[in-house]
Amino acid sequence: MLIETEGLSRHYAAGEGSVVALSDVTLGIPPGELVAAMGPSGSGKSTFLNLIGCLDRPTSGIYRLMGEDVARLSPDALAGLRSRRLGFVFQSFHLLPRLDAMANVELPMVYRGLPRRQRRERAAAALDAVGLGARLHHRPTQLSGGQQQRVAIARALVNGPDLLLADEPTGALDTRTGLEIMALFQALNRSGVAILMVTHDAEVARYAMRVLRFRDGRLVANERQAPADAAAELAALPAAGRAA
Amino acid sequence: MNAPFCPAALQPAPILPPLPPGTGGMDLVEALRGALLALAANRLRAVLTALGIFIGVAAVIATVAVGAGAREQVLAQIRALGANLLMVSPGSVNQGAVRLGAGQRPNLTWEDAQAIREGVALLAGVSGVIRQQHQVVAGNMNWSTGILGADPDIFAVQEWVPESGRVFNAEEARGARKVAVLGATVAEALFGDEDPVGQPIRIRATPFEVIGVLARKGQGPQGQDQDDVVVIPFWTARRSVMGAWRIWAHAVSWISLKVEEGEEMAAAEEEVRQLLRQRHRLAPNEPDDFILRNMAEVAATRDASARTLSILLASVAAVSLLVGGIGVMNIMLVSVTERTREIGLRLAIGARRRDILAQFLIEAVVLALLGGAVGVLAGIGLSHGLAAAAGWPVLVQWDAVALAVGVSAATGLFFGYWPARRAAGLDPIAALRHD
Ligand SMILES: Nc1ncnc2c1ncn2[C@@H]1O[C@H](COP(=O)(O)OP(=O)(O)OP(=O)(O)O)[C@@H](O)[C@H]1O
Ligand SMILES: [Mg+2]
Repeated sequence: MLIETEGLSRHYAAGEGSVVALSDVTLGIPPGELVAAMGPSGSGKSTFLNLIGCLDRPTSGIYRLMGEDVARLSPDALAGLRSRRLGFVFQSFHLLPRLDAMANVELPMVYRGLPRRQRRERAAAALDAVGLGARLHHRPTQLSGGQQQRVAIARALVNGPDLLLADEPTGALDTRTGLEIMALFQALNRSGVAILMVTHDAEVARYAMRVLRFRDGRLVANERQAPADAAAELAALPAAGRAA
Repeated sequence: MNAPFCPAALQPAPILPPLPPGTGGMDLVEALRGALLALAANRLRAVLTALGIFIGVAAVIATVAVGAGAREQVLAQIRALGANLLMVSPGSVNQGAVRLGAGQRPNLTWEDAQAIREGVALLAGVSGVIRQQHQVVAGNMNWSTGILGADPDIFAVQEWVPESGRVFNAEEARGARKVAVLGATVAEALFGDEDPVGQPIRIRATPFEVIGVLARKGQGPQGQDQDDVVVIPFWTARRSVMGAWRIWAHAVSWISLKVEEGEEMAAAEEEVRQLLRQRHRLAPNEPDDFILRNMAEVAATRDASARTLSILLASVAAVSLLVGGIGVMNIMLVSVTERTREIGLRLAIGARRRDILAQFLIEAVVLALLGGAVGVLAGIGLSHGLAAAAGWPVLVQWDAVALAVGVSAATGLFFGYWPARRAAGLDPIAALRHD
């Protein structure tokens, strides 16, 4: 199993009592899947994603990433996991505005201690792989939303993660650009990267192989499905509508 | 135009080759690059923040350099004069119950000087000296300068050697002849490039013949021009130039004397003191009515005042570095707050807490060091400017420069630590959500 949780819970202290953001989630996800986490606002999707991404620690329960019990790890070891095994993509991209696309993608490798030349080669390759080979030296403000998200995806990929975590990756994008990102995700997934994405959009969830449904902090469904093919749908769209 | 978008090209093999191992942590070059980039993004702010440290460092280096230069010059002059120079000047005198100030009555006379010459062994020379400021005229040129009436020994005592012509001899002194030896400044002011030897001059309407010009000595310990002087025989000065009352006729402004090279200063000093006390008929319980000083003492007092100055400068430096450091801390706190999302992102992509700590610490140190480095350059420039203006030699103290750079780095570290700790302690999720 890539991800295994047992009774995973996260409570937040709020005033007198506490808010239960995530309650007793038990599941297993095998490697190589593209998973969508769905549910209404406030149902605990982001909380779950942050726990899986080792950005947060559970209040109770067990979480094993590739068989390793994360609760026992030191903060530095968690940083090491994030660096080696995980990649993050956010709704609001989170690119550093002072750096160009290349330097943004280089950043995760800086924390791995890779020499500059290797970093630059690899960053260029990653940007090329997400279709931005011609935009290496553009700054975030000089890129469209879809392009920024692709820079963010290149950044998430560049350290060769086993699992890509994406919180509403298409939330800030229009339908067509969102579809492009989904096609990219499916391609990445075929190349061997597992993906867990949070979305409240049923349209987007169609491209996943597995859908997790949350409600009030509980996992209410965990189903496999036949994914739609984003690349094919993209090709079927009229070319004139193509933006970004 | 959009780049060709073909995700199909990605499959099925991994899109990137396996990652080489790397060193497992951020290296210093990267951290420095990041710090410079961050500072460059807010150039004006960085410059203004570094200004506090810049001013402190520049002021310290300049003042230390100029102070050291001035002190070095004093020491050089004392060395040149010889530490074996003694000066006796009139002190205060008790007359009945009334204590009169120095110079109220002639209590130091030319005869005292003669008595010292005869009574104290081991002396290289003694001269009573009378000094007044007067106008000197040569042709249609005139110049106001210090007229020294002195005995021929004065030239040996002061180590004044003639550059052209000669100095006056004992016979000319005894005869109160109207001969003058000019300092280089006076010779130049009155005669320009011409050789003054043999030329007539007038001092206060009395005609003199110039018999020699002294070699240039440069500035004195107090920064005065030692070559702005005319030396004439003592009794010539008394009779023909100074025109004093009778009771003042034998008074001297001071007595200069030089102890033989290699002789015990303290012993000679004591001999002179006892002789003068005896001549002035001072009872054992009465204080001296003259002041005896040697140049070594003068050097010691100057040294002490230089040290006081250094302490003062050090406190100025400490205060400005403190203020500069608080400025650095303030800006770093602002910077941490502004870049909260960036910190969250960096944590999410694999930065360890110590990487974040290092990032902000290095930024603070670089900021302080930039101020310090520019301060060093400005300080050196300022030293040269001040030295040129004051006519002092420049002595940039390299240990002061090293200290200033070290202290600015330490200031950055000290005042940058707390903001950096705050940055490193941020919760990644909260930081990512920060707006
Ligand atoms: N830092 C926090 N402090 C207190 N409560 C929190 C905190 N973060 C989340 N919560 C609460 O936990 C619950 C789950 O939040 P979460 O962000 O996981 O929801 P979500 O499913 O991602 O919603 P959305 O679709 O709106 O992003 C919510 O009720 C939220 O108010
Ligand atoms: Mg959410």
